[in-house]
Amino acid sequence: MSFYLAIIGTKDNAVYDLEFGTYRQGGDGTSKFSADMKQLCPFIVHSSLDIVEEMQWNTNVMHLKVIDKFYNYLISAYMTAGNMKFLLLHETRADDVIRQFFVDLYDLYVKTLMSPFYAVDQTITSPVFDQRVKMLAKKYL
Amino acid sequence: MLQNRSSYPPQQSAIAPSQASSSEKSIPTSLTPSAIRGSITTPRKVTIYDRNLNRRAPELSLASFAFLFSELVQYSQKNVKGIQEMETKLSDYGYHVGQRVLELTVIREIKNAKRETRVLGLLQFINTGIWKSVFGKPADALEKSKDQEDEYMIIDNDPIVNKYISVPKEMSQLNCAAFQAGIVEAVMDGCQFPARVTAHSVPTDLFPLKTVFLVKLDPVVVERERYMR
Repeated sequence: MSFYLAIIGTKDNAVYDLEFGTYRQGGDGTSKFSADMKQLCPFIVHSSLDIVEEMQWNTNVMHLKVIDKFYNYLISAYMTAGNMKFLLLHETRADDVIRQFFVDLYDLYVKTLMSPFYAVDQTITSPVFDQRVKMLAKKYL
Repeated sequence: MLQNRSSYPPQQSAIAPSQASSSEKSIPTSLTPSAIRGSITTPRKVTIYDRNLNRRAPELSLASFAFLFSELVQYSQKNVKGIQEMETKLSDYGYHVGQRVLELTVIREIKNAKRETRVLGLLQFINTGIWKSVFGKPADALEKSKDQEDEYMIIDNDPIVNKYISVPKEMSQLNCAAFQAGIVEAVMDGCQFPARVTAHSVPTDLFPLKTVFLVKLDPVVVERERYMR
């Protein structure tokens, strides 16, 4: 199973993205997307932003669960209080696990934000952040 | 020992090198392997990601805050043409704080965290949640303007930032709580409720520092609110 994660800023700008695979079922943590799919991932995820925008005023929960489908792929969304959007493209439904993943990712994001050298909507380039996200992915997905 | 050092408290790693060096002085030739390893690996950086967001720091001393804030005020007094500009500057500093305070306050209560989608809910959250986490007490009142539909007022009888600030007569218009107004503005903006927030002094006999934070919502927000009703 493969995943594509994107953090989208308040102005719908990409802040961070990562492609990864599962460690479960003998996976080695690398994604198995085909070459075409690799290019499509950002498009699919960004196109679901419209749906996020529609949903965000009707509910006050943060985890919006699965919001969109694209052939066999599902897109889950999580929205923080400050309107950062976490979007995950995945293949099977697992709301609870994904929620935990998002909550921990939120924690990491807020830690990034606590740095006085980071401004909202800036792209996250920290290698430590990257490494931590990969650890989360290994732990939950 | 190594694992210990990689965990958060920085004091530990600060003590460790001195221990290593003191053992170095006493027995310079026979260093234990762990001491050598320790002295090599101590520079391991504690990143912001190693820290715990929920660590409840003890309350800060008001004196040191007042000192820092007075420096901030003096700094923003430089190179400005008028009081308006100075307040804008102070508000900008507050804005940076507010952006962070919003997410931090919410994540500290992740158990019942929710996004605010209505104006009143958000203002109440600012009134109690944000005020409590930043100033240690809820704001004193939240009022809706009688004649303007898009204006709300958050009232603080004794704002902490103004506690030790005495405004000279020729600058009587200035209210340094513009910093606080900046925090509120950032929270409103962050939740997608763009608004302009300004601080106004309304001294009374009982509360000479009483400050009203006037929140003027953007027309977009008013329209959305009407639509959602």
